[in-house]
Amino acid sequence: MQTALMVLLVMLLTGIFFGFVLAYANKKFAVEINPLIHLVEDALPKGQCGACGYAGCAAYAEAVVLNPDVPPNLCVPGKGPVADIVGELTGKAAPAVEPRVAHIKCAGSAEKAIAKYRYAGVEDCVAANLLQGGQKNCLYGCLGFGTCVKNCPFSAMTLLPGGLPFVDPEKCTGCGKCETVCPKNAIEMLPVGAKVGVNCNSKDKGAVAKKNCSVACLGCGICAKNCQYGAIKMDKNLAVVDPKICIAECTNPTCFAKCPTRAIEPVVKDHFSAGKVANVAGNVAV
Amino acid sequence: MGEYLTLFISAVIVNNFVLTRFLGMCIFFGVSKNLNASVGMGMAVTSVMTLSSIMAWLVYNFVLLPFNLTFLTTVVFVLLIASFVQLLEMVIKKSAPALYNMWGIYLLLIATNCVVLGVPLLNAESNYSLAKSIVHAIGSGAGFALAIVLMASLREKLRLADVPKALEGLGVAFILAGMLALSFLGFSGMISL
Repeated sequence: MQTALMVLLVMLLTGIFFGFVLAYANKKFAVEINPLIHLVEDALPKGQCGACGYAGCAAYAEAVVLNPDVPPNLCVPGKGPVADIVGELTGKAAPAVEPRVAHIKCAGSAEKAIAKYRYAGVEDCVAANLLQGGQKNCLYGCLGFGTCVKNCPFSAMTLLPGGLPFVDPEKCTGCGKCETVCPKNAIEMLPVGAKVGVNCNSKDKGAVAKKNCSVACLGCGICAKNCQYGAIKMDKNLAVVDPKICIAECTNPTCFAKCPTRAIEPVVKDHFSAGKVANVAGNVAV
Repeated sequence: MGEYLTLFISAVIVNNFVLTRFLGMCIFFGVSKNLNASVGMGMAVTSVMTLSSIMAWLVYNFVLLPFNLTFLTTVVFVLLIASFVQLLEMVIKKSAPALYNMWGIYLLLIATNCVVLGVPLLNAESNYSLAKSIVHAIGSGAGFALAIVLMASLREKLRLADVPKALEGLGVAFILAGMLALSFLGFSGMISL
């Protein structure tokens, strides 16, 4: 009986003691945090992609609340709605966020681009790139080991059988993580609404490019001549589309019609929709 | 001195808490995905283990033993460590925000962890002096840090390896931990206390 009482007493006293110590510490060591930071953080998409330039969503939330110079529209994945909410919470005017989507500048699947050797190392583009710039003859094209796919924070990318990544425009938030990790810089962020995209990254001269890959941009400039708005310029044997002019002025793009290798193609939503995916997959199947 | 050194080495390698006693498995697998996090976790566990061992030693020798309540050791230690870790978290958050950013988030993870509970319990069971308890705790913490850092380095390499689909992630990590434990088995019997 006495032991039981003793147990009760000791446990009770220990509990009460620690309870009071913790309660006291809670008051004594309380850290004041601006509650706005939590609200802003809740509004962010939590992809932790770092497209804003900060270490993560929490870091950006803190910066945007505490620092008056940090604009509220840095969250690319969140697009307009998030910028509006963050702007409203922090009392800053939010200029519009330009929505973007990742575009793969390469159509050279395993059967179209000539390989210079068979790569059997670590399944990673950065690693493959270290070995003489990768297994393809073309030094500019997608290596197809899916480094971008693995790094996509929003699972918007899949690796198609031919070794080319496919971007789901519904899921792509335009954060640009894939653009950063691609060792070939073969991914660009296109503004949503751009009519055409160049599916090649080769800066080789036409003859070399053609030898390396059957769907390479030859740098012939036919597309530039066909674009009456002057939105396409040739830069280092590669067609470069100015998306601003392309979106603003062109209603009926004709630039891609005469492309001998179909290296420039329209970017429309349907292009990526289910039926076309199967088609694209079929095209690149080994 | 030699006695303390033996105790330390035995706690780090021979009686490694993770790889020979299999305690603290959840953080061992949970936080070993990248090297930085595992270093932070190792540091957090070591410091919490040492501090809570001191507290537990005081409570055991000045409260539990005199009142003949040693059968309450486990319960009291659970209470003690859980509250102590909370307290430590608050103190660090206030006084050293940089440190808190580095491994503050791991503190709550170890509030009720069996490694942290296991060390004070073993100290009490073997009737270690205060100095011995501290050495044992630091050694065990270092052993834990060693194990989790090894594991994290291996798992970082593993991320690029061609692992069978069914074993991806935790599956292959379990196999890896088994092999690590096997290799640590080689140390057994080297030091007997």
